[in-house]
Amino acid sequence: MDAARPENATSSSPSLMQRLEHFIPKLVVAPTFIAMLVFIYGYILWNAVLSMTNSRFLPSYDFVGFKQYELLMDNDRWGVAVVNLILFGGLFILICLAIGVTLAILLDQKIRQEGAIRTIYLYPMSLSFIVTGTAWKWMLNPGLGLEKLVRDMGFENFEFDWIVDPDMAVYTLVIAAVWQSSGFVMAMFLAGLRGIDSSIIQAAQIDGASIPRIYWRIIVPALRPVFFSAFIILSHIAIKSFDLVMAMTGGGPGYQTDLPATFMYVHSFTRSQIGLGSASAMLMLGGVLALLIPYLYSELRGTKNG
Amino acid sequence: MVNTHMAQRDWRYYLNRGIIHFILLFAVLFYLLPLIVMVFTSFKTMDDIRAGNLISLPTEWVVDAWVKAWSSACTGVKCEGVEGYFWNSVAIVVPAVLISTAIGALNGYVLTKWRFRGSEIFFGFLLFGCFIPFQVVLLPMAQTLGWLGLANTTAGLVMVHVVYGMAFTTLFFRNFYVNIPDELVKAAHLDGAGFFTIFWRILLPISGPIIVVTIIWQTTQIWNDFLFGVVYGSGETQPITVALNNLVNTSTGVKEYNVHMAAAIIAGLPTLLVYVLAGKYFVRGLTAGSVKG
Amino acid sequence: MKFKKLFAPILLSSVAATASVQAGEVEVLHWWTSGGEAKSVAVLKDLLEKQGHSWKDFAVAGGGGESAMTVLKSRAVSGNPPAAAQIKGLDIQEWANLGLLTNLDGVAKKANWDNLLPGVVSNVMKSGGKYVAVPVNVHRVNWLWANPEVFKKAGVEIPTTWDNFFPAADAIQKAGFIPLAHGGQAWQDATLFEAVALGMGGSDFYNKAFVTHDMNTLKSDQMVKVFETFKRLKKYIDKDSAGRDWNIATSMVINGKAAMQVMGDWAKGEFTAAGKKPGVDFMCLAAPGTSGQFTFNIDSFAMFKLNNSDNVKAQNALASTIMGPEFQEVFNLNKGSIPARLGMARDKFDSCAHASMDAFNGSAATGDLVPSMAHGLSTTSYIQGAIYDVVTNFFNDDNLSAKDAVNKLAQAVKAAM
Repeated sequence: MDAARPENATSSSPSLMQRLEHFIPKLVVAPTFIAMLVFIYGYILWNAVLSMTNSRFLPSYDFVGFKQYELLMDNDRWGVAVVNLILFGGLFILICLAIGVTLAILLDQKIRQEGAIRTIYLYPMSLSFIVTGTAWKWMLNPGLGLEKLVRDMGFENFEFDWIVDPDMAVYTLVIAAVWQSSGFVMAMFLAGLRGIDSSIIQAAQIDGASIPRIYWRIIVPALRPVFFSAFIILSHIAIKSFDLVMAMTGGGPGYQTDLPATFMYVHSFTRSQIGLGSASAMLMLGGVLALLIPYLYSELRGTKNG
Repeated sequence: MVNTHMAQRDWRYYLNRGIIHFILLFAVLFYLLPLIVMVFTSFKTMDDIRAGNLISLPTEWVVDAWVKAWSSACTGVKCEGVEGYFWNSVAIVVPAVLISTAIGALNGYVLTKWRFRGSEIFFGFLLFGCFIPFQVVLLPMAQTLGWLGLANTTAGLVMVHVVYGMAFTTLFFRNFYVNIPDELVKAAHLDGAGFFTIFWRILLPISGPIIVVTIIWQTTQIWNDFLFGVVYGSGETQPITVALNNLVNTSTGVKEYNVHMAAAIIAGLPTLLVYVLAGKYFVRGLTAGSVKG
Repeated sequence: MKFKKLFAPILLSSVAATASVQAGEVEVLHWWTSGGEAKSVAVLKDLLEKQGHSWKDFAVAGGGGESAMTVLKSRAVSGNPPAAAQIKGLDIQEWANLGLLTNLDGVAKKANWDNLLPGVVSNVMKSGGKYVAVPVNVHRVNWLWANPEVFKKAGVEIPTTWDNFFPAADAIQKAGFIPLAHGGQAWQDATLFEAVALGMGGSDFYNKAFVTHDMNTLKSDQMVKVFETFKRLKKYIDKDSAGRDWNIATSMVINGKAAMQVMGDWAKGEFTAAGKKPGVDFMCLAAPGTSGQFTFNIDSFAMFKLNNSDNVKAQNALASTIMGPEFQEVFNLNKGSIPARLGMARDKFDSCAHASMDAFNGSAATGDLVPSMAHGLSTTSYIQGAIYDVVTNFFNDDNLSAKDAVNKLAQAVKAAM
């Protein structure tokens, strides 16, 4: 770590300029540091305080201890939201990783028009669900979209009505979310594939290893860091999913597609239960922390070594 | 990529190529479908929309919906289309992207080449900040903007986007710079180059790929933002996503789906273009280091 | 621009009253961004600008004002609320209790609002005995919109009670139509639910359950029956209803795919926009079992405290313009509702609006004028939200019994109180 400190190189007799130089790096990150302290941790603290109050319409400071957390635990809707996040998040991340790595490997086979195909895979990331929500709603609607389309083609018994089925609606969120993010994950894997040292692969080929075997044994394991980065980015997207739900299902049917982010928003703002909303936000952040600590640990340890 | 030249080009080879192409094309269809639906619908007349199905071609291509969406659709009391809001978004996105990228670059530089005690922990805390659900910050940020006198101004919106974009831009640049040999910096320092000179002369010239990645990422995030735009914007500073929402959320009257779709495509066009035009550099930039692979 | 000619004299007088004052600016937050509503707001803007003031539009659409309320809260917290905001029902009291709303008694006394507004309406507009908000209209929520053509084909009469709703619906279904057009969104579920509750339980039951939240009423057998009937309706709704907007459901009635819809009088705008005539192409009747009753929903603008005295003048001008007969008429003709102001000329309104006016006056006398729970007039947003959750979940979850739902309802209301 010390090797990375240029200031150590000239430590003998510090002139004014050099001493100033010593502070410059800290001065440069100071605005970020202050902004972070106020706009992230200050607000989290403020939110934590609110979660212990009886705040309703606007923030108030009438403390009630952990009552909001108790109410939250008794709340059926919160239970649904948490289960949905686990279902939605888990499937979303797994499918994105699977599709991403598969498409990246296939696209890496000297395909003509690779550039065009890659752009098509990638473009959904550029559009928000504010933009594509209506189109998705149509396509998934049994009376308008894919179901009707396939039936019109002559398959009278085709059924695809997940979005109106309380038990299946959450999976339509997965479909749309995968559509949006899997291309980006593909790009990350493609970048990872391009970064792999080709001499290792050539050596394996000379040893007579079959192509699937090379991929399975050498290349996919070499992509481990990409899996990791992709996992973090995807879980970040899953936890923050909000536009998606609002645009596609509005949380319905009933509240079967509610997620913690929408739960928090609805209670804090529409329902005037800021205390309860804040408590749910704290639990969300707790979940994030549990997810992030292992990543941070390995990430920071990794850089010290490298 | 794995070298297949050595493989024998028998029927199996062609079968494999066939399967690969089939899967790739199937995926192309899946990704394109929503866009096709939107584009076709935007060029249809309302009668055409009612008569046909989702992906049928327009019986006649008309651009009326586009003209209306751009210049005469109602988004409130005003019926001037989304044009004005489009430029509002530009006025927010350009400074916010530039500032947050610059901050990210400097932070990344310090966090990799000028480490100090606690810089790793600082980075860890910053990274956690990426995950804060934005709904949490709406009210306290409103209060802060009020104190700063920035409530409902473009400057206020720019500030909000810079603050919540910093974590990601710093992450990108840090992961990129971490792979650049420290010796480069050390040598320059021994030659008497200062903090900013090193950054300007040595790091910045090789940062092209990661700058592209960061700019694409930030432009997409900020242009597509709805939550901050609706809460911290007011009448004349509202971004295009808010206008689109106003236009689409009809409470009475016939839903003009063709106009809605045209407006939606207009709202998505700049980021779409950025991806199409810079997509090549995006993958290259990711290869160059933001993904450590 | 016909109305301009019609109301020129009235306009002139209001111009005369304010012509001498300095021009101010009002920023108005509303969620009427499209169709007839947007045009009606534009009328208000024109009327205000004729008095020399300027209008700063602040439109935020979505979810019946949910996004607008989020925006309003953050504006209030930042110390920079708009001059006027579209706020409804008990939320007006919440804002007033925070001390953010201005006292409009000066304007109200001059124009004698106490005599112009029915007591039910002015109660909602007042906080601590002082006017803080201005009503725009009165909606009747408990309407049944029916397509007579479909009923003729099915050979049944339009039902007037929930008991004869079901045989009629069966016949319609047999004839190949969808009996009930509905959109599966929480507020629409609640709108249907409150109509069933009012029709089966009566006004007293309704008030005890949704206004005073009497636990015995909430847990009563009557409530179980209401839930059971409500659930029976699901069979008569097509399976694709989830997430559907109300106006799409209305268009199903218009084009004869469905027989009827329970929805507030804003649905009328859809029929008239499609060129349909009330009493001929479509029927407006009270929701089953509620003919003498009136579930009201009032749209209103609350006025915030301002510092700039010119802007205060503009704000007062806005308040009196909203209450003025010209705006009340134009707006309500567009929106399908009836004017909040009493003694308005009736000749321009159609038969549905007349029926609504008569029902309003009649029900006020008999105590059958009740606030809408689904639209935030009867209870606070937190209790309303709790009821929404139970109702919409029960409607969509086939494993929940009516008895369990009633218990959940009582529990949820208690927890939110």
